[in-house]
Amino acid sequence: MLHLRLLFIACLVLTSVPSLAADDGYGYPIQGSYEATILGTPASLMPEFPAKMRTRQLVLDVIPDRQRPPIFFYDTGLRCTFAYQKQKAPLVFLIAGAGSSDRAPKLLTMMKALYQAGFHVITLPSPSHANFIISASQSSIPGDLTEDAADLYRVMETAWKQVEGDIEVSSFDLCGYSLGASQAAFVTRLDEERRVFNFRKVLMINPPVSLYNSVTRIEDMLKQIPGGPKKQGIFFNKMLSKFSQFYRYGNFVAINDDFLYSIYAERLFSHEETAGLIGLTFRINLAGMIFSSDVMTNSGYVVPKNRVLSPTDSLSDYFLVSTHLSFFDYFNEYFYPYFQKRRPGLTKQELINSQSLTSIEGYLKSSAKFGVMTNENDFILTKAELDYLRQLFGERAKIYPRGGHLGNLEYKENLDYMVAFFK
Amino acid sequence: MTDTRCRTCRIILALMLSLSLAGCAANRVNTLAEVPPMHSISEFRDQRFADVADPWEGFNRSMYRFNFYFDKYLFLPVVNGYEFVTPTFLQERVSGFYNNLGEVRNLTNSFFQLKGTESVTTLGRFVTNSTVGLGGMFDPATKFGLARHDEDFGKTLGYWGSGSGPYLVLPIFGPSSLRDTGGLAVDSGISYGIYTAIDPFGNSDEGFAISSGITTLDAIDARHQQSFRYYESGYPFEYYMVRFFYHEKREIESGKPLPAE
Repeated sequence: MLHLRLLFIACLVLTSVPSLAADDGYGYPIQGSYEATILGTPASLMPEFPAKMRTRQLVLDVIPDRQRPPIFFYDTGLRCTFAYQKQKAPLVFLIAGAGSSDRAPKLLTMMKALYQAGFHVITLPSPSHANFIISASQSSIPGDLTEDAADLYRVMETAWKQVEGDIEVSSFDLCGYSLGASQAAFVTRLDEERRVFNFRKVLMINPPVSLYNSVTRIEDMLKQIPGGPKKQGIFFNKMLSKFSQFYRYGNFVAINDDFLYSIYAERLFSHEETAGLIGLTFRINLAGMIFSSDVMTNSGYVVPKNRVLSPTDSLSDYFLVSTHLSFFDYFNEYFYPYFQKRRPGLTKQELINSQSLTSIEGYLKSSAKFGVMTNENDFILTKAELDYLRQLFGERAKIYPRGGHLGNLEYKENLDYMVAFFK
Repeated sequence: MTDTRCRTCRIILALMLSLSLAGCAANRVNTLAEVPPMHSISEFRDQRFADVADPWEGFNRSMYRFNFYFDKYLFLPVVNGYEFVTPTFLQERVSGFYNNLGEVRNLTNSFFQLKGTESVTTLGRFVTNSTVGLGGMFDPATKFGLARHDEDFGKTLGYWGSGSGPYLVLPIFGPSSLRDTGGLAVDSGISYGIYTAIDPFGNSDEGFAISSGITTLDAIDARHQQSFRYYESGYPFEYYMVRFFYHEKREIESGKPLPAE
C-alpha cells in the first residue's frame, strides 16, 4: 500500500544502485537481505511496460447485505484491478502479500508484466488487508489459511461472474507472493474439490513455510531496537530525526531519488536499525488488520465493545495501541480464542501447524501445477525451511542467490521467469 | 464575477456543513452499554510516532471526508473526462504550460529566501522554457542542467523560522497547515496581482470567459498531476499517515540547511 511504501522510502530507498553483481551470473545488485527488502528493485533494472493498458477497477459485492460500520463509510465493496485482452487468453489471479491492497506497487508490476505477455489479470487484495476484512471475509478474522482460502475462492468466483461476459478465457492460473503465496496453495487445494477454475499452473513467490515461524522472525527484528518493541515510538522518532538532520546537513534540493540514494550509499542506518524499520513497518500493517477486524466483530479488543465510531472520530489512541500489539498478542488473545470456541479441544500447536505448507505437503508434492520462486537470503525462511522447499518442489523450485524478501520481485529476470512459468 | 464566486463558495460551505453535521447526528444511537477494551492507551509508555499537532482533528477529518466526496462526485469525473478526450501528448503540454507559470512562484520565493543561485537557476528555467520551450509546453531547461526548485510562501515562512502551526485540511486543496494556508493565500495574491497588472485579455470582450477557462483547466491539470486519492489505501489509519508525510516533508524541505560540523 502506498503509505507504507512511502514509509519504506522515507527511510531508505533509491533508484539507481551501482551494479555490484557478483560472479554468479545474476544481475540483481543489492547484496544485503534487509537492504534488498526495503530498497526493492532500482527503476533502471525493471522492464519497460506499455503506458496504456486496458484496465478497470472492480468493486465486488462479495457478501450481499454486508453491514459496514459508519467509520468504514468509504468502503463500498472489495476492490480488485482487472486488466484484459481483446483476444482469448489465459486469466491469472494475483494475490497480494500481507496487508497489501489490489494496487500494491509490486502487484501492479506483476500485472503489467503478465498483461504485456498477453494474459488477462485480476489482482486481489490480501485477506489481511482492511478492505478484505470489511467486505469479503466471512468471519472478519484473518490469518487462517483454510478460511482465508475459502474467502478468496468466493472473491474469485464473484470477480469471474462479473467479467466473464466481457472476455474470452482459455484457462485459469494463480499466483501470490509472501502470505499470498501460501494462500494460493490452499486456494488451489480447495479448487480440486470445487472445480470452478481448474487452475492450470500456480506460482508461489517468496512463501513462508510456516506462517507462525516466519512472523516470529519478523517480530524478532523489532526486538533488536533499544528498549524493545514497546519503545518503537522512541525508535521511530530517533530514526526520523536522523533522516531530517541528514537532509539538512547535505544541502539537498528535495526529498527525491538523489537524496534517498545517498542515504543508502552513506549507510545512514545500521543493520539493526534497518531490521527495526522492517519490523516496524510490519507492525503498522498489522495494526490496520487488528483494528479493522476488531471493529467488524465488535470484540472489544482495542475499541470498547458496543462503541459505534463515527466517520470523524479521532482514531489516534487506537492507532497507538494497535501498533504496539504484536502478532503474538493477536494470536494468543484474539485469534486462538476465536477458533478454540468453534472447535473445542483445539490446541495452540495444532492451530499453528495448520498454518503451514507442511500441513498439505502430500498434496503439494503430488501436484505438478505448483512452482516456487524465492531467494537464498529471504529472512522469513530458515536454512532448514529453504531446504524443505527444495526437497518438496525439486526442479520446480527456483531459488535466486539474493533479493531478501521480495526485493528482487520486480527485477527483469525474475519477472521473465514468472511470465515463462505461465506460458 | 465576484457574485458567481460567492455563490460557489456558499454552496461549498453549505455542503461541507451538512456533511460534517451529518457525521454528528447519525450513528450515535447506541443502546448497548460500552465495555472497556482488552488493550487501551493507559498500558503503553512510549512516544507517539507520526505525531503532528492537530487540535482541529474533528474539523480536519470532516474536511478530509468532504474532499473524498468532492473528488468522487465532481472533481475526478471531470478529470477522467479530460484524460479521456485529451491525447496524452496534449495533456503533457498542458501540464508543462502550468508548471512553467508556477516558476513565477518559485522565483519570487527563492528570491524572498535570498537564495541567489537558486533564483538565477529558476529565472533561467523560466526564460528558457517560455521561449525555446514554447511557453512552457516543453522543458528544455532540465536537459540543459537547470533543475527545478519548488518554492512557495509557506516554505519561505518556514525558512525564516516560522513554525508550521496546527495541521489543517483545506477543502479541495487538501492537507496543509496554518502557515502553509497563509502561504497559499500570499502566493495566490501575488499571482493575481501579476495577472491583473499584465491583463493579457484586457482588450478582449471575452476576457472573463478566457480567464475562467484558464483557471478551470489549471485546477483540472493540477488534480490530473496529483495521483493521491482519498481513502484509496483502505488503511484505517490513513489520515495519520497522510498527515505525517505531509508535515514531515514540509518540515524537512522548508528548513534552513545547517552549517557543516
